[in-house]
Amino acid sequence: MNFRLKIWRQPNAKSSGKLVDYEAKDISPNTSFLEMLDIVNEDLLARGEEPIAFDSDCREGICGTCALTINGEAHGPDHPGAVCEVYMRKFRDGETIIVEPFRVRSFPVVKDLVVDRSALDRIVQAGGFISARAGSAPEANSIPIPKPDVDLAMEAAACIGCGACAAACPNASAMLFTAAKVSHLALLPQGNPERTSRVLKMVHAMDAEGFGNCTNTYECEAVCPAEISASFIAKLNREYARASLRASVRE
Amino acid sequence: MIGTLDPKIPSGALAGKWNSHKDHARLVSPNNRRKFEIIIVGSGLAGGSAAATLGELGYRAKCFCYQDSPRRAHSIAAQGGINAAKNYQNDGDSVYRLFSDTIKGGDFRSREANVYRLAEVSANIIDQCVAQGVPFAREYGGLLANRSFGGAQVSRTFYARGQTGQQLLLGCYQALCRQIAAGTVQMFPQTEMLDLVVVDGHAKGIITRNLVSGKIDKYAADAVVLATGGYGNVFYLSTNARGCNVTATYRAYKKGALFANPCFTQIHPTCIPHSGEYQSKLTLMSESLRNDGRVWVPKRKEDCGKSPNQIPDNERDYYLERKYPSYGNLSPRDISSRAAKEVCDEGRGVGPGGRGVYLDFADAIKRLGEQTIRERYGNLFEIYEKITGDNAYKVPMRIYPAVHYTMGGLWVDYNLMSNVPGLHVIGEANFADHGANRLGASALMQGLADGYFILPYTLPNYLASQMGKRPSIDHSQFKKAESDIRAKIDNLLKINGKLSLDSIHRELGGLLWEKCGMSRNATGLREALAKIPEVRENFWHNVRVPGDGEDFNQALERAGRVADFLEFAELMCTDALARNESCGAHFRQEHQTPEGEALRDDENFATVFAWEFQGNGQIAPPKLHREPLHFETVHLTQRSYK
Ligand SMILES: Cc1cc2nc3c(=O)[nH]c(=O)nc-3n(C[C@H](O)[C@H](O)[C@H](O)COP(=O)(O)OP(=O)(O)OC[C@H]3O[C@@H](n4cnc5c(N)ncnc54)[C@H](O)[C@@H]3O)c2cc1C
Ligand code: SF4
Ligand code: FES
Repeated sequence: MNFRLKIWRQPNAKSSGKLVDYEAKDISPNTSFLEMLDIVNEDLLARGEEPIAFDSDCREGICGTCALTINGEAHGPDHPGAVCEVYMRKFRDGETIIVEPFRVRSFPVVKDLVVDRSALDRIVQAGGFISARAGSAPEANSIPIPKPDVDLAMEAAACIGCGACAAACPNASAMLFTAAKVSHLALLPQGNPERTSRVLKMVHAMDAEGFGNCTNTYECEAVCPAEISASFIAKLNREYARASLRASVRE
Repeated sequence: MIGTLDPKIPSGALAGKWNSHKDHARLVSPNNRRKFEIIIVGSGLAGGSAAATLGELGYRAKCFCYQDSPRRAHSIAAQGGINAAKNYQNDGDSVYRLFSDTIKGGDFRSREANVYRLAEVSANIIDQCVAQGVPFAREYGGLLANRSFGGAQVSRTFYARGQTGQQLLLGCYQALCRQIAAGTVQMFPQTEMLDLVVVDGHAKGIITRNLVSGKIDKYAADAVVLATGGYGNVFYLSTNARGCNVTATYRAYKKGALFANPCFTQIHPTCIPHSGEYQSKLTLMSESLRNDGRVWVPKRKEDCGKSPNQIPDNERDYYLERKYPSYGNLSPRDISSRAAKEVCDEGRGVGPGGRGVYLDFADAIKRLGEQTIRERYGNLFEIYEKITGDNAYKVPMRIYPAVHYTMGGLWVDYNLMSNVPGLHVIGEANFADHGANRLGASALMQGLADGYFILPYTLPNYLASQMGKRPSIDHSQFKKAESDIRAKIDNLLKINGKLSLDSIHRELGGLLWEKCGMSRNATGLREALAKIPEVRENFWHNVRVPGDGEDFNQALERAGRVADFLEFAELMCTDALARNESCGAHFRQEHQTPEGEALRDDENFATVFAWEFQGNGQIAPPKLHREPLHFETVHLTQRSYK
């Protein structure tokens, strides 16, 4: 298969970028999208040009490193899945493909298609954990947890931290990401002691990082590679309301 | 210089060693802990759990990883599960049984004392993870569920759908985040360790490169912990992430740390077969699939091209069930992998290039219903369909072995300390617990055991004698290491040839897969040893590394890693040649039983091979040190899975 590519090139955060035309020729339909970019890079290298910078690591949809927008869609056309799981058989022969980084104010471009998503780490650092010192844990079976609760917690916990939700959102909101972590931990009895402070701190951290507000467009859910349901956003809102009430009663 | 290798195993009865060791190990008092700086390289299960735990104890920790977030370490990709001797199923499991299964599974090439300790602390790991909010699978009554996994006759594996590694790592990452917020751990993402600094014989720091800015930095510490994972990517294609490397451990080796059993590589039997030259990695299908899938190939070569559903049952060869009736499809990894290679070598493989065997769920679907299979393995079937375009509920999966895990690693003693005082090595990066073959679901267990429950006891034992001995980064050894690293980077950028990194790495990988892969022989290994230096020469003369060092430069990152693989490959082959026996995953064709199983030579090789780097910058044949292994509790027997 052959493709015409328009790829975002930007030397670093400070300089401006632009779309540059490339071609990918004789690509097998069983090549993954990132392997197609590898091939383009080999060509560039052979011609003495600088290869296109893009991020990936596991290349199997679990680490959350890869992050590309293809023809305006975060992670490309094959949902649910990360862009490293997109195969060229999903494109038409001869198609023009536009490749850009995730565009979110809080994710500055590092180079070409690579962005800095450390804002997501800082949201977790604000409170996205259960304080459990090694050595203090009670016997694992001492607190039975109903299977439906743990299954739901697992659905939320499956988030791979890629940031596509924010990239797809017209407001660049990281609500789905934050909601997933808040819900995962709030659904488990172990998460209960810090339930109130956690949601308040995480939501404040999210705002402080400059992410936008959620206006329920659900673009996030549509691109999420981990199929995190937007209903967790409703859960986050309930958790936040409950926590605000408790905090104000305590004051 | 290194005398005899002393593993420092505590005396006393096996079951009491760890407790008595903890009772007598030296401690660091709480108000002194903040005076110690610990460098932890790696944020996977091993490094992440160690950094979080040491931070919580009050030490000042610095944690490094090459990814943009510690949550992306390759532990995230583990699917199947984690073992623990909880005996929740009442099916006869115990610490002893997990211990003896691990020793036998490792084909008697690991240390009894270490393995016993691992089995002992395994139960604490599950408690710890549940307390952190890891959503392990549960039964309807709300208690934890288990499954049996690769080669075990009891159900001791805990799991979180097909994403166990992800959930364990996120638990660990969250604990780490808590310490980062508390200021006890400083996190350095996108920072690659390029050298170890040894001062007066002790490991006291590292040299790093910031992968975003290109800046080279020096960090001093009271102790250095390497938790940098496995080196399976030396084969180019493996189930590892693109960035997995041998750089940290190899450079420590060049600074005097011994590298143990480098040739012990696990080839995983259930991966999606290779489909073409452009392929950048291989994808694992969790072997939990073997609980319900049946492995077969056509009995007759002529049938290989037919659609599998057209081949009647009596014309299929369920070769694992036939050869190993008591374990069948659950036979250990090395045995299953070799058996797959054999049937393909006979010309009975299926799929492109004849390099594949079927893993068939038709019987399980008939017995349990498609819904149950979907619940158990739904996400794996989806991954399979994405990659191959096939629906495995309707046609059998095709699988083939791939490089997956490296049992070899830096040599460590019972305290997880290498022969270089102060240098501790944990997780997949060390060699310790899995012998010549790792059992399924035991790597996650080992990484967390090391980080949460072992290193926090053994590290203070070293630190207690090190108060006030941390050098400044202006020490001459730091300066020298830094200038060496700068020179190495300049050399890479200067080559300016025409070849791509991938082409050379692929060549190296192909060579190793052929000569030092699933089965090896002396002639092939000698050929590889003659050829590797040529490939390396070619690299240093003809590769092209574009850009410069003062910038985000992914090609330069990769070039450094490939350069190390090109040296390390030689060490692997040297080790494989010297180990003139078969054991576990190391199958020397010259040494097999009449049934074609690995034939050990306990008299000469019940010993760890630990290699010392020789030569001044140049590569000279390494020097071999031995650590004899003693089997006092589990008796040396020929493994039999018949
Ligand atoms: C696909 C797959 C599935 C698996 N499934 C299972 C399973 O079901 N059960 C099981 O028990 N085991 C499984 N394993 C094995 C297990 O996942 C690994 O052995 C284990 O997670 C390794 O953990 P680790 O902490 O030692 O290393 P890793 O998780 O690989 O972490 C290495 C860390 O070191 C850092 N690093 C590496 N080099 C450098 C450097 N030079 N400078 C700075 N930082 C560096 C990385 O950034 C990373 O943070 C699986 C492995 C794979 C590949
Ligand atoms: S919620 Fe989904 S899209 Fe957002 S970070 Fe998590 S996995 Fe990515
Ligand atoms: S590279 Fe890991 S999710 Fe895509």
